[in-house]
Amino acid sequence: MKEIYFKEIGSFFGSIIGYVVAGVFLLTLGMILWVFPDYSILYYNYASLDSFFFIAPVVFFFLIPAITMGMFAEEHRSGTMELLLTKPLTTAQVVWGKVLASFTLVMLILLPTVVYYYSVYQLGSPKGNLDTGGILGSYIGLIFLAFSFVAIGVFSSAITKSQIVGFLIATLLIITMYWGWGLMAKIPIFSGIWDDFVASFGIDKHYISIRRGVLDTRDIMYFLSVGLGYVMATIFVLNIKRK
Amino acid sequence: MSIEVHSLTKTFGTQVAVDHINFSVGKGEIVGFLGPNGAGKSTTMKMITGYLLPDEGNISICGLDVLRQPIESRRKIGYLPESNPLYYDMYVKEFLSFIGGIYRVDQRMKKVEEVIEQTGLGEEQSKKIGQLSKGYKQRVGLAHALIHDPEVLILDEPISGLDPNQLVEIRDLILEIGRSKTVLFSTHIMQEVEAICDRVIIINKGKIVADDLIDKLQRPSGDKEILQILLDRPLSIDAFRQINGLNAINSLDPAVFVLEFDPSQDIRPALFEMVKRMDRKILEMTVVHEGVEEVFRKLTEDNRSS
Repeated sequence: MKEIYFKEIGSFFGSIIGYVVAGVFLLTLGMILWVFPDYSILYYNYASLDSFFFIAPVVFFFLIPAITMGMFAEEHRSGTMELLLTKPLTTAQVVWGKVLASFTLVMLILLPTVVYYYSVYQLGSPKGNLDTGGILGSYIGLIFLAFSFVAIGVFSSAITKSQIVGFLIATLLIITMYWGWGLMAKIPIFSGIWDDFVASFGIDKHYISIRRGVLDTRDIMYFLSVGLGYVMATIFVLNIKRK
Repeated sequence: MSIEVHSLTKTFGTQVAVDHINFSVGKGEIVGFLGPNGAGKSTTMKMITGYLLPDEGNISICGLDVLRQPIESRRKIGYLPESNPLYYDMYVKEFLSFIGGIYRVDQRMKKVEEVIEQTGLGEEQSKKIGQLSKGYKQRVGLAHALIHDPEVLILDEPISGLDPNQLVEIRDLILEIGRSKTVLFSTHIMQEVEAICDRVIIINKGKIVADDLIDKLQRPSGDKEILQILLDRPLSIDAFRQINGLNAINSLDPAVFVLEFDPSQDIRPALFEMVKRMDRKILEMTVVHEGVEEVFRKLTEDNRSS
């Protein structure tokens, strides 16, 4: 597992694409939060990172599939899957190596956004007047969310030979998991007793819940189940291909 | 036994790719695995290496069951897949060290140097794999299969698509490796089989149609032997009729004859006598072997017509 993990991290930063993806992510986020007026922290006039935590998942819709799209699709296309699976490695080790590598990459790209916290901290009046606890909780929410997105992305990559298809399926699945359930809950047949239940399948509901600053085990369990569910599905799909 | 395959079967949809095959390969043998395209060679190799799961039957590598002890049995195998898939954006050394890491090879970098030396990759070792020529990529594939000193090597079409020089180099490399390891390799280049292996297994339509030592396969089925002679001057074909035990005579040229005879009766002394009587001299005499190619064609012929 360790070898697969380091290979993926190495090949991400070994190619120009890795830097482009990281650069585009940070540039987009920076422009939205500090330059363009609509979600700008500066125009908002409050020392808060709310708009960052609102925008971040939306940027993840595209960033995470871009990181995970090649994980298995490229191995399928070039035939190197055969190389890996005939080595003394279990399918689970290969999948976990790739999931953890993708997750680490997302975390590394997210790391520079800590500067935003520092900036807003300095800009507060008086200095440091911001909800540090809330921001910490939101970061934790974002980390769990990233894990579930990464699992979905790796799964999408495992079911195709094409990186582009892997990217599109991942984006579609992630957006559906994020907003789809909430939208579906609004269909009249679910109104009344069912709408809350349907909406509780959505990632957004649990993300918003964690962002309130309350770490509820139900939300954590939810993110872990989505993530683990997709990891299991990936292992299953790859084993089916050997039948 | 290094490789033991028992009643191995694999079906894709309605097509039976491998049909209850049995064979075993002893320690240190070099065995050629032949068959027309689509006969089931690669499928069998993919099952031996644990990439595909068989529908039926079992495989053991050095006594380890491939299905029940997948990890342990894969440690014993070095495998070069048919299309030689490699990570083209990795450097040769980086790739070999990555594979060595997966096998948890001791003193990894030393071992990497060793296989680079062994496969003649020296000059190309600091290039990216994608920049190498086909022959060198093949060497990287072989090097990666050797890095953990496996007892068994499974090579799927290791010499296809190489130019004549590369072919000879890779062949010599396989021969050298074969001195200390068990090798099962598939090919459709018959000269290579004759040059490399001790034994041949021919598979057709998922079934084994021949499994024998190469010397035995080269001999015609035992009921006839063929001699080709070259005389210094032309001779009438009728002159040969007086030799006992001769089954057929064919004249390729007025002075070149192909004689077919019963192996139980050696006609050579009588032949010399006759030629001497006719005041001719034999300049050349060769025993004509039926090549593996002929045997292969005969055994897999029905495949072509259907």
